[in-house]
Amino acid sequence: MSGIHIKNLNVSYGNTTVTHDVSLDVSVGESLALVGESGSGKSTVLKAIAGLATNWTGDIEVDGIARGRSIDPEIATKCQMVFQDPYGSLHPRKTIDATLSEPLQIHGIKDQSARVIEQLENVQLDERYRFRFPHQLSGGQRQRVAIARALMLGPRFLLLDEPTSALDVSVQAEILNLLKRIRKEQNLTYLVVTHNLAVVSFLCDRLAVMRSGKIVETADVSQLKSNQLAHAYSKELLQASRLHSGSNEKTPHNDHAQ
Amino acid sequence: MIISKQWLLDDAPKSRTQAQLGRLYVVCLQLAHNPLAVIGAIIIGGLIITALFAPWIATHSPIAQDLSNRLLPPSSTHWMGTDELGRDIWSRVVFGSQITLTIVMLVAVIAAPLGLVVGAIAGYFGGWADRVLMSITDIFLSMPKLILALAFVAALGPGIENAIIAIAITSWPAYARIARAETLTIRNAEFVQAVKLQGASSTRIIARHILPLCTSSMIVRVTLDMAGIILTAAGLGFIGLGAQPPLPEWGAMISRGRVFILDQWWVATMPGFAIILVSLGFCFLGDGLRDVLDPKHGSE
Repeated sequence: MSGIHIKNLNVSYGNTTVTHDVSLDVSVGESLALVGESGSGKSTVLKAIAGLATNWTGDIEVDGIARGRSIDPEIATKCQMVFQDPYGSLHPRKTIDATLSEPLQIHGIKDQSARVIEQLENVQLDERYRFRFPHQLSGGQRQRVAIARALMLGPRFLLLDEPTSALDVSVQAEILNLLKRIRKEQNLTYLVVTHNLAVVSFLCDRLAVMRSGKIVETADVSQLKSNQLAHAYSKELLQASRLHSGSNEKTPHNDHAQ
Repeated sequence: MIISKQWLLDDAPKSRTQAQLGRLYVVCLQLAHNPLAVIGAIIIGGLIITALFAPWIATHSPIAQDLSNRLLPPSSTHWMGTDELGRDIWSRVVFGSQITLTIVMLVAVIAAPLGLVVGAIAGYFGGWADRVLMSITDIFLSMPKLILALAFVAALGPGIENAIIAIAITSWPAYARIARAETLTIRNAEFVQAVKLQGASSTRIIARHILPLCTSSMIVRVTLDMAGIILTAAGLGFIGLGAQPPLPEWGAMISRGRVFILDQWWVATMPGFAIILVSLGFCFLGDGLRDVLDPKHGSE
């Protein structure tokens, strides 16, 4: 069965269980959002799928392959992740070129130079940025590099952990447009963690609302747009978000989720 | 390809080499603005040149004895005077720089990478690996450096090679500690996780992503430690456990001159000056490098 399928996932950090019996299905070509407040365990689900959180029980299946506890090179080529903070996700002493070539070198893929150039073009970064260091780039440019790096191996699934929350409001829109375009062009499947409902309605087809490590509701984005979410908590979240975005128009802010 | 200032400082480098050379250039530029670092670099440069061209810089043979000219004060023929066997002290000091440089280089080459690898492995894997490796490190750290070196030399037998081995064995634990601390701060960084997700092996992550970030603080620390290494080597020479006669090792020379220190001060003083000068040079250079390279002192 292709797609990402999670069944009864319980992830723990030490003795604390962070998620409780999370089950989730993302079919190919779909874009699913995981929303919820900070600490609800949404990033943890993403980390478990990626292989960064290793202490879990349940079943995780990515594109027909059951995921083990360790990082699997085969899944690496199918499923990649974009991190929240573009300042922390790029190696400070490596040029953009080195960062982008690294996945190719790991998997012994030839023709690295051409692929790097191609991917830079794909994320609309000028070729002159290729040999710069991350500290010479802006936040938005760094996030483009991070997206390009995730796409280097040609994955079909992209896990996006708050891809825009560390960016300025004006840059957020650019990155969201880029993500939308890439998804359409390459028919990618997205699993987006966010607490910004505007991002959800722009980028996703479906959403799953998480609270205290449990999924309380799965709904269609049209339901979100028409304010027809069923669960009380989802309604509360939606309302809070509306209030928040009303005051948000004047002052750009950065969300810092866990 | 012409290497010009503009090419080096190009905001949009065209190749990996250009980007790296540009970075190196910026570091050198910052160093050049630090007067102490420049003085240190000049002293160390002088030491290296002296060591390389010793046969041409020395005026006499460092080991030829001339008993009719023993214990002469500094003069135009013997710039630093002669010792109790009539050997020219200037020539001995010049040739002694070769020994000092060899000791310093070999200790750095053995101890720094060893400490770096041990520390990075302990920090990256954590758990049992960390506990075992760091316990060993702590055992070595708990003993005074010179005493431990003395014990090793006493066990291995006196001589310059054994002195080098002994000093290297006693100096790696400090580097392991630093490398571990650095590794702990970056092992959960997102850029490391990103490489992990791409399927990189632990060896690859440590060697290509973690070690490069530890090296700059390591270079600073090693440079600062050089002075200590020179002093330890001289100390071993002084007690007769380092370089053996007639090798013109500075510490051994001071030890010989001690007998005449009141009447013929130059015999002990000249090699002493050499030790102080070179130690100071390494300290200055290390301080300057720390200002430029160490991220914790914030230049980036």
